[in-house]
Amino acid sequence: MTDIAATTRPAAGLAALIRHSRYVIGENPVTGLAFGLFVLILIAALLGPWIVPYDPLASDTAAALAPPSAAHLFGTDQLGRDIFSRVVAATRLDFTIAVASVVLVFLMGGLAGVAAGYFGGWTDRIVSRIADTIMAFPLFVLAMGIVAALGNTVQNIVLATAIINFPLYARVARAEANIRREAGFVEAARLSGNGEWRILTFQILPNVFPLMVVQMSLTMGYAILNAAGLSFIGLGVRAPTPEWGIMVAEGAANIFSGEWWIAFFPGAALMIAVFCFNLLGDGMRDIVDPRRRT
Amino acid sequence: MLANVLRRLVTVVPTLIGVVIVTFLLTRVLPGDPAVYFAGPAATPESIADIRKSLGLDQSLAEQFLHYVIDLAHGNLGNSLATGQPVVSEIVSRLPASAELTLFGLIIAIAIAIPLGILAAVKQGSWVDHTCRVVATAGVSLPVFFTGLLLVYVFYYQLGWAPAPLGRLNVFYTAPPQVTGFYLIDSLIAGDFELFRASFAQLILPGATLAIFSLAPIARMTRASMLAVLASDYVRTARASGLSAYTVIVTYAFRNAMLPVITTLGMVFSFLLGANVLVEKVFAWPGIGSFAVEALIASDFAPVQGFVLTMAVMYVALNLIIDILYGVVDPRVRLEA
Repeated sequence: MTDIAATTRPAAGLAALIRHSRYVIGENPVTGLAFGLFVLILIAALLGPWIVPYDPLASDTAAALAPPSAAHLFGTDQLGRDIFSRVVAATRLDFTIAVASVVLVFLMGGLAGVAAGYFGGWTDRIVSRIADTIMAFPLFVLAMGIVAALGNTVQNIVLATAIINFPLYARVARAEANIRREAGFVEAARLSGNGEWRILTFQILPNVFPLMVVQMSLTMGYAILNAAGLSFIGLGVRAPTPEWGIMVAEGAANIFSGEWWIAFFPGAALMIAVFCFNLLGDGMRDIVDPRRRT
Repeated sequence: MLANVLRRLVTVVPTLIGVVIVTFLLTRVLPGDPAVYFAGPAATPESIADIRKSLGLDQSLAEQFLHYVIDLAHGNLGNSLATGQPVVSEIVSRLPASAELTLFGLIIAIAIAIPLGILAAVKQGSWVDHTCRVVATAGVSLPVFFTGLLLVYVFYYQLGWAPAPLGRLNVFYTAPPQVTGFYLIDSLIAGDFELFRASFAQLILPGATLAIFSLAPIARMTRASMLAVLASDYVRTARASGLSAYTVIVTYAFRNAMLPVITTLGMVFSFLLGANVLVEKVFAWPGIGSFAVEALIASDFAPVQGFVLTMAVMYVALNLIIDILYGVVDPRVRLEA
């Protein structure tokens, strides 16, 4: 749990961090590959709608159910929409849902956990009880219940995904804050007259932050899977919108008649994205926390 | 032992209370006025008021919660809007289908993942180890509904080995007389091997889909835990004493390495029960997951609430069993408790 940036001077620390990251990535080329994929996903998410060859919503019934070809790389669906364009355009929505939910749970779980670990007592008891109660549910099932109760919208998918990840973040943050509660630098800050909230903000939070970032990249993949799963069963995203989960659902019936490409390409895109985030998460953990390297 | 189990049972109580409160709150945050919603489009203010009264929505939150708990104690989860049937009877009749599928998937996963993890640890750096690592990383990245569809395409459409993925039995067969609700067991009890074969054939693809999904964490944990145990002093001592590799690995290392794996099973169950919903949708499996999905689409809330509650209670029970199992496998846990 050595935080390089915190133990050395900022500028030298950054350089050391970059050197260290390069060393770790060099030792594990898979992380490099994952990073490359991540850049590709980022480009698709940012520029998707402008770089695709067809309008992802435009139907062309004359070309319906065409298998992959030079004109339509991934083929077309029942309405003749170009699947390649839809898969690329969908990146933005899937990526946004995942990032939004991870940032949300980072704020909720991270802050609640740090407060629980630092203050202990009732704060700790309440936060831990909430986390335990969420963990008592099979997580995907709870997410279904939340979306059903709050209403069938994309915002609620983000919220539900954040809530089911809450215990993970709260526990990591709580444990990290708890060990630092009586640490020398915290005692020193306390003796020099800093208030509890000031210590929490300027001493504890910066130290817990790197681990929370690792947690974020580790849960990104799961967040995408969860959101796609919810839209696969018909929650959240509405029909013509390109989104990987709902596109797989739309192509599911065609699997029986042999038109595999409708469900295959969005499913493969989803799989690659999740794979990339999982590898990236492992890589991030290696950089920040070398002891857990496998 | 018994005292331990009882003590553990007591710790379940606050968890169950939490679960009931959350499922209750889920209905209370229903957007809009539930009474207007239940009354349907052709409602008059009077009929809405009637329904509000009959639903108990004119009472305070505490009173409503009390009624909810009393209903639960009587085994009443409300009625489904779509079928008018009590949710409980629907869930009870569909539960065996889900349970059979989930357990089948889990058994395949354990049967593959544990030997794979042990081999990977014993022969560290070999091709088995690399296979294990790829399986562990790829397995958690696969969207379970996508794996299911791929298997259907390859084994049903292309190769024709699997039957049509439409439920528990082909239309030509009738279900065996119900004893356990598990078609595999019931057909054997009835002595109908043809029926056993047919239901087994239907079960393979969805079971394999769930297995691929839950393989990864089990294999990964087995490998990591075996590696740690194999590096320990007592394994070194056992080896130095000239015990055979088999005795060292199976008798000494394996039993100790199983403890973290059993703990992981709790997490695997959480994933498995969620993945079950998606697999049931892909394979038109008539379990409680597909029941909940149908209800979700129709905005029929009572079945969804009943489903979430049932799943949570099952999950709590499974975790309880895992904890008790832990005590059986590891005598130290018994002594400390």
